[in-house]
Amino acid sequence: MALRIPPRIPLRTTINGDPYELMVKPYQTLLEALRDEAGLTGTKEGCGNGNCGSCTVLFNGLPVNSCLVLAPEAQDGHIVTVEGLAKDGRLDPLQKAFSQHGALQCGICTPGFLMAARAILDSNPHPSEKVIRAGIAGNLCRCTGYDKIVRAIMAVARGEVD
Amino acid sequence: MTGRKEPRYVGKRVIKADALEKVTGAALFGADARLPGMLHGKVLRSPHPHARIRAIDCGKALELEGVKAVVTVADLPPFEEAKAAFGGELMIDQVHLRKLTIAHDKALFEGHAIAAVAATSPEVAEAALELIQVDYELLPVVENALDAMKEGAPLLHEDLYTDTLGERPKAPSNIASIIEGGWGDVDKGFAEADVVLEKSYETQMVHQGYIEPQACLASVDADGNVTVWVSTQGTFNAQRQLSALLMIPLHKLNVVPLEIGGGFGGKIYVMLETLAILLARKSGRPVKMVMTRAEVFRGTGPGSPAYIDVKIGAKRDGHLTACYAKMILDAGAFPGSPVAGAFMVGFAPYKMPHFKQEGYDVVTNKPRVQAYRAPGGTAVAFAVESALDQVAEALGIDPLELRRINAVEEGDLMTSGQKYNRIGLKQLLERVAQHPAWTQPSSGPNRGRGLALGAWQGAVLTTTAQVIANTDGTVTVVTGQVDVTGTRTTIQQMTAELLELPLELVKVNVVDTHSAPYTDLSAGSRTTYTMSVALKNGCQDLVAHMKRLAADLLSHPESKVRPEDVNYSNGRFWASRGSEQPSVSWREVAERSRTRGPLVGQGNSGRLPPAPTFAAHVADVEVDQETGKVRLLRYTCFQEVGKAINPQQVEGQMQGGAGQGIGWGLFEYYFYQQGKLLNPTFLDYRMPTALDLPMLDSVLVEVPASEGPFGARGVGEVPIVPPAAALANAIYRAVGVRMSRLPMTPENVYWALQEKGAGVTPRGHAPVSSSRGS
Ligand code: FES
Ligand code: FES
Repeated sequence: MALRIPPRIPLRTTINGDPYELMVKPYQTLLEALRDEAGLTGTKEGCGNGNCGSCTVLFNGLPVNSCLVLAPEAQDGHIVTVEGLAKDGRLDPLQKAFSQHGALQCGICTPGFLMAARAILDSNPHPSEKVIRAGIAGNLCRCTGYDKIVRAIMAVARGEVD
Repeated sequence: MTGRKEPRYVGKRVIKADALEKVTGAALFGADARLPGMLHGKVLRSPHPHARIRAIDCGKALELEGVKAVVTVADLPPFEEAKAAFGGELMIDQVHLRKLTIAHDKALFEGHAIAAVAATSPEVAEAALELIQVDYELLPVVENALDAMKEGAPLLHEDLYTDTLGERPKAPSNIASIIEGGWGDVDKGFAEADVVLEKSYETQMVHQGYIEPQACLASVDADGNVTVWVSTQGTFNAQRQLSALLMIPLHKLNVVPLEIGGGFGGKIYVMLETLAILLARKSGRPVKMVMTRAEVFRGTGPGSPAYIDVKIGAKRDGHLTACYAKMILDAGAFPGSPVAGAFMVGFAPYKMPHFKQEGYDVVTNKPRVQAYRAPGGTAVAFAVESALDQVAEALGIDPLELRRINAVEEGDLMTSGQKYNRIGLKQLLERVAQHPAWTQPSSGPNRGRGLALGAWQGAVLTTTAQVIANTDGTVTVVTGQVDVTGTRTTIQQMTAELLELPLELVKVNVVDTHSAPYTDLSAGSRTTYTMSVALKNGCQDLVAHMKRLAADLLSHPESKVRPEDVNYSNGRFWASRGSEQPSVSWREVAERSRTRGPLVGQGNSGRLPPAPTFAAHVADVEVDQETGKVRLLRYTCFQEVGKAINPQQVEGQMQGGAGQGIGWGLFEYYFYQQGKLLNPTFLDYRMPTALDLPMLDSVLVEVPASEGPFGARGVGEVPIVPPAAALANAIYRAVGVRMSRLPMTPENVYWALQEKGAGVTPRGHAPVSSSRGS
């Protein structure tokens, strides 16, 4: 007896600026494709159904829960994951701020928060605390109580981190 | 190594040692491990909360292409009458752990593992699960502890007899044990009281809510050596459990820790690991297993629900005369609810002439509970601190004042009857009294402020570390102590401080069970406290070794320097005799280990007394009278921390614990109907988001612990203890209703408001199947 599994399909997409040609299962999520096919395990799965935000990546500039995007949807798309935040060996200010402000403890939620925060700042470089909280409300963190995460993002928004 | 000067690293906001790895996505967590040829394992779980398993047929599943192994209870090695209990925050009997790992003759909760499959892909493994046929005989469900205790209740375990101090009972029961504690004569105490308050409280089953689901990878080599990569709070704990369950000698079983994406007490017992090893052995290939979120809710160990009756007597002047509590704690499918933790916490902050508590450990058809941050503490503090607030009101005394009048000091009794060593509760309450969070009035309609205290005695156990001087002058601390919350950083800080070396020279290496000596698990707020002592001993040992080498280096043919004449400070060894005071650097001495053998300091924490901690939380809320929604306006956590090795991390612990406690108080509960969980997702099991919480102000008060080189206390547990009570007290001040059941969802608060308005007695409106009287 064999399970009937539909054949894989080619996926051409840009991840963190690099071209990727992956063979993905038609029902595979973008999260699975990133982790299992592209080997980019920085993006995490906390729930697999859109409720925790730990799988957040930027898809054509917008934050998405990659567990809710089918991999084939990313055809010819531009994906940025946590691995792509640092550029030319320079950390993104958010990465520095999270470190300096103690905005991570266990760190499992951190990639998702960094991407969500990047999306907030990309669309609004000077967000209020309220805007920041709304922007990360889809991301769960169980370790920090959010205080230091919000402060870290505010510090970047105020230009306190280079 | 002298009694020193201003600390250079201890007390500083040093950036986490693992921050860079974690902000770049490089850190490897449980689900990130992979090996060539790896199979994917999945678990078949019981859809029934209570059922006898008549037969399991795996034939069809094995026929599916790509399925490489199926295991059931029959694959466990023969059962030996070993009764050793395992350490952890909550003990579990080995027989029970075996039955919890995979159902034997009965499924005891929805989600109980029945069989496991390893296949070439997750899809094939999942398809195979559906091909396994299980013949269940459904049994009546025991939904909650009160039902479980009733005469004639269906039994979970025919061989479970209540453990009491008295005689062994004749008939089996769902009550695993009854324990008692206290002193004096409470009846006398209540007779002496001017005010006596009696009230019942109820809390629900909640989950630790770690964002990383359980995951592991197991591999077995041709000689039967097992390696398992896990995200766990204690590798040696896991190693011992696996060794006992699978009868694999310790030396053939290596447990490798991966980054742990949150544990909070919930990643202490092995779950998937046992099944993964069995599958790997059977298939001859590495097997990886990762839980789904629904499996995490149903199949791991949540926090215990509780029914607590409290009775408190006090004199008109506020002095307590007698305190009593009866606590019924639901352990889930196997004994081991956190009665001991609840005993330790509830009345711990207070002087009591007469005191009694009774605890019941009861089994029901729910997942077996595990520790959840200060296990037992949040529930009992919700009860005691709410009741005390009412006592204060009845006496017309300010709630903070009532607590100050009765606050324990050094020499007073802990709830265990032993004496407190140095503690800082008075100083903590003094700080609250002067802080704007307390002194500034909370004003506005439907607004109120609540105060509650929390205590945690702190687990101790044993901690080990090796401090190695490398030939290049750097230092490596090697330990099997898993870093749950930032201990790599505090180890680095403490070691640099103790060795008087620059921080950058110290590296911390958390290694597997084959590469480090035994150390106990990371739990119970014990790690930093006990590690500080282990490091002190390890560093002293290392410096003593190095002094011997330094003495040789400092000696001339005409003047011999003895090791006892060598002093060490700030990275140099000095000959204390002779006019020139020659010296050699740390690095020069360390280089010698190339020819003179290893320079390793052995550190052990030895037997330490507990270092108790206290917290006081102040919550300002606004309650919407129409919807019952509680909005947090301001939240301040005060905590006595001994000495904050890293204040930023201590604040992080306080804020994280408060956040979890607030979730427990306002939103979170397992919604069971007939033993089936209806909300196994983060959408329906509602944890606080960034929109639910305000900034969590944290105020650190430092009264050094009696023991340890810096006076550090464990800080992780206690912040989860006060929030539920602080919120309940705030809600009362805001709208005049006393909430006696958690969570205080809009619905529950709404109904409480309706009842107050209508003057009727509350009757279970909550969507909580286990509630009393509903
Ligand atoms: S894993 Fe995608 S939202 Fe949780
Ligand atoms: S740091 Fe652990 S979940 Fe956010």
